[in-house]
Amino acid sequence: MSGNELIWRIAGGSGDGIDSTSQNFTKALLRAGLHVFTHRHYPSRIRGGHTYVEVRARDQPVKSRGDGYNVLLSLGDSFARNPQEDAYYGDEETKPLTENLDELREGGIIIYDSGLLDEDDLPADFEERVDANDWHVYPVDLRAIAKEHGREVMRNTAGVGITAGILGLDLSYFEDLMRESMPDEIFEPNLAVLEDAHEQAAEMDHDHDIGLPENEHETEQVLLSGSNAIAYGALDEGCRFIAGYPMTPWTEVFTLMNKHLPKFGGVAEQVEDEIAAATLAIGASHAGAKAMSGSSGGGFALMSEPLGLAEMTETPLVLIEAARAGLSTGMPTKPEQGDLEHVLYTSQGDSNRVVFAPANVEEAYTQTRKAFEIAYGYHIPAIVLYDQKLSGELRNVDAEFFNEEPNPDLGATLTEDEIAEAAHHASGKFQRFKHDVGNGVSPRSIPGQKGGRFLASGNEHTPEGHISEDPENRVAQMDRRLQKMEAIRDDLDANSSHQTYHGDEDATYGIMTYGSQQGTVEEAVDRLRADGHDVKMLGVSDLMPYPEKDVRSFLESVDECLVVEMNTTEQFRGLTQKELGEFGPKLSSLLKYNGNPFEPAEVVEGFEATIDGTEFERETARFQPAAGD
Amino acid sequence: MSAFNAIGQNREVDQNEFTPEIEPQATWCPGCGDFGVLKALKGAAAELGLDPEEILLVTGIGCSGKLSSYFESYGFHSIHGRSLPLARGAKLANPKLTVIAAGGDGDGYGIGGNHFMHTARENHDMTYIVFNNEIFGLTKGQTSPTSPKGHKSKTQLEGSAKDPLRPLSMSLSAGASYVARTAAVNPNQAKEIIVEAIQHDGFSHVDFLTQCPTWNKDAKQYVPYVDIQQSEEYDFDITDRREAGHAMYETESALYEGKVLTGRYYKDENRKDYQTEKLDRGSMPDQPIAEQYFDDDHEWKRSYDLLDAHK
Repeated sequence: MSGNELIWRIAGGSGDGIDSTSQNFTKALLRAGLHVFTHRHYPSRIRGGHTYVEVRARDQPVKSRGDGYNVLLSLGDSFARNPQEDAYYGDEETKPLTENLDELREGGIIIYDSGLLDEDDLPADFEERVDANDWHVYPVDLRAIAKEHGREVMRNTAGVGITAGILGLDLSYFEDLMRESMPDEIFEPNLAVLEDAHEQAAEMDHDHDIGLPENEHETEQVLLSGSNAIAYGALDEGCRFIAGYPMTPWTEVFTLMNKHLPKFGGVAEQVEDEIAAATLAIGASHAGAKAMSGSSGGGFALMSEPLGLAEMTETPLVLIEAARAGLSTGMPTKPEQGDLEHVLYTSQGDSNRVVFAPANVEEAYTQTRKAFEIAYGYHIPAIVLYDQKLSGELRNVDAEFFNEEPNPDLGATLTEDEIAEAAHHASGKFQRFKHDVGNGVSPRSIPGQKGGRFLASGNEHTPEGHISEDPENRVAQMDRRLQKMEAIRDDLDANSSHQTYHGDEDATYGIMTYGSQQGTVEEAVDRLRADGHDVKMLGVSDLMPYPEKDVRSFLESVDECLVVEMNTTEQFRGLTQKELGEFGPKLSSLLKYNGNPFEPAEVVEGFEATIDGTEFERETARFQPAAGD
Repeated sequence: MSAFNAIGQNREVDQNEFTPEIEPQATWCPGCGDFGVLKALKGAAAELGLDPEEILLVTGIGCSGKLSSYFESYGFHSIHGRSLPLARGAKLANPKLTVIAAGGDGDGYGIGGNHFMHTARENHDMTYIVFNNEIFGLTKGQTSPTSPKGHKSKTQLEGSAKDPLRPLSMSLSAGASYVARTAAVNPNQAKEIIVEAIQHDGFSHVDFLTQCPTWNKDAKQYVPYVDIQQSEEYDFDITDRREAGHAMYETESALYEGKVLTGRYYKDENRKDYQTEKLDRGSMPDQPIAEQYFDDDHEWKRSYDLLDAHK
């Protein structure tokens, strides 16, 4: 496998520039014609700690982080707190090297900073492991190269230069990227560092067999994360208002909107808490703006109350939930899919909302747009549920994918002329919540419109909005609000269902997943099929209203199905059984909740456990057999 | 032509336009101070020539929350404590609306205290009326943030051990640029103060003493009252922060000694409202967001033009 792909891992401490260096590296590979994909692993602290980014490059589109990696650039941790091995956090000085060895593939390359680590600092079994795994080790004094031409912080550039030299990468892409992003006085010494390191690497022994794949892009590619795609989808759908409060990983979407909205004629507000954030968005939407808010699990919990208000007052609202590992504060910078039930059901009363879970960058864009279209067309909150994985992973996408027209349509609203013709209560109030309307949607007026005044209330209310506990009115309003869900499901089924099928339609066995793990499962299915397994995948991205037809026909067509999700309580499998009322005995689960996203090999082994009944031996994930098995 | 023709007409308005011709009739108890707020608000809105449909009245939960049911305008009866963030969002989406928020002392000083503090800090151009009856009314008489120390109720059986919250002082220190206290028993002053509050460019906070004849059995009717502007005993400059703060402290303490002081306490006409501050920084559009969707000539930007940074 090492022949056709590179998975480069750059490791160091937070604050060491790992992120920006890896982004430039990824862009350089993209410009060199490769398909790229990144995976970020970082701790919840500003300085130091175990941080790495993996950059995977292939000659075909990359769907997942892959299994393990094959080149390590260990930069050391310049903010290391504990130089003792028995300290609570371990020996942070050597961690960027030692913490990363377990996942390094056989025949892999290790580049480490010998300016930081002497041979004495290496773990006792290092040589032994190097021999056993046929690793190729390159100790280079990166700091010395950096200091010779510039400053010590330029060691990252030196590391990139060494990597490029060892792998035979053309330096021109790095040079261009550095020139574009650095002022001259920083660029010049960095270029000198890069070139010197590259030359030094050229003189080293190249006895490894890791080569770069070759490819050329036929169309222009852009490099984006799921967070970028969500922000751009919102902007293109005419969203002009956001309110929020910082929380990892939701902050990424929030900061992007803060950056762009003012230039797009919109308003971005950082407010006192998440209750206020979602409530401001409701106020803005009520007054005629396409508005959004969002958070991660803990902040989203505070939004339960406004979310219910939006449902009851039928105020259009888009919320983003960027899930991270729970419970409570959990693991702030690690991905998990444990917030599914939280997002589906939180807030009092029968939930009445739309939930999408995009699988990748493209779906993050299209489903965010769809969330606005549905929210404003049907007067209902729509939530885009994603997670820390999709939030930060960068992938190349065809630039023309984004060549779409903006949508300034405010949905089911009326002009003043239309309001004048519409039904009014004897008090003069406009009937904003009429009982009998085709698809459950009663068009709204906007404050300031002549003849359109009505009362919006979190209390049950009459057609014009007056508070009412009349039983007949209650049933009529509950039924009408519920009716919208059916209309939305029909709309999605007819126009833009976001389920993904992968593999042979006639396959005997299935794997089902939702949201961000889809790419990994697709890669696992490819591998299983290459090994002769009769398997296909269904990736579900519309969660509520549940895509009953799509899932039912998929599950009817297979003998057994493995459900892959990142949580402990089989939330997606539970939802499926609840919505479909059957298939329990067909469904087994593969669950992962150690803070790291699935690797394809884990899914492959999970499938083998499902079908062949082999023991699932990994400690990183848990196999849960079907009920009755 | 604007899409919002109720806004900015400046026409002759009769205060009956703010009264629903038929239901709902107010369900407050006989003798409730809340009637005084409704009456003062109607009078003030008419005096200012405001069209009922250029006003968005956002209320919280409680007896006070029903104000939006009995005042004829665009209304939003929101959640307990959340009227202010909802009002802020609406004002930012369409700054041309006249936005008024209202709620009780539990709503605004208790559960919504954080929002109160931050809305004052940001100095949004809106009016906030707090129905202060020193008790939780709709849930039947529990101790509230402004109940006096020693107040006995079903939730404070031995009498409250807490000092009451000082709403005027809190408002001043948080950043409100117009602060006043009035009382339901003083309808002329109440109307005048609400007129001033709506006219003021910035966050206006009106602490409105509303007697609760049902649950506040100590029968606080807030009479006799003193209008501090009319009284020679209290001479201070309402544009002077220090003097205002002193008068507020005295007023808050006096209430619990049986002396009802009301009037204007603070006014800062130099401070810009929030939206103007944002406009100055280029973080607020000249054309209200709400109007953009109805403007066929509006130029809609798109993300495709941001892609250079991703190549």
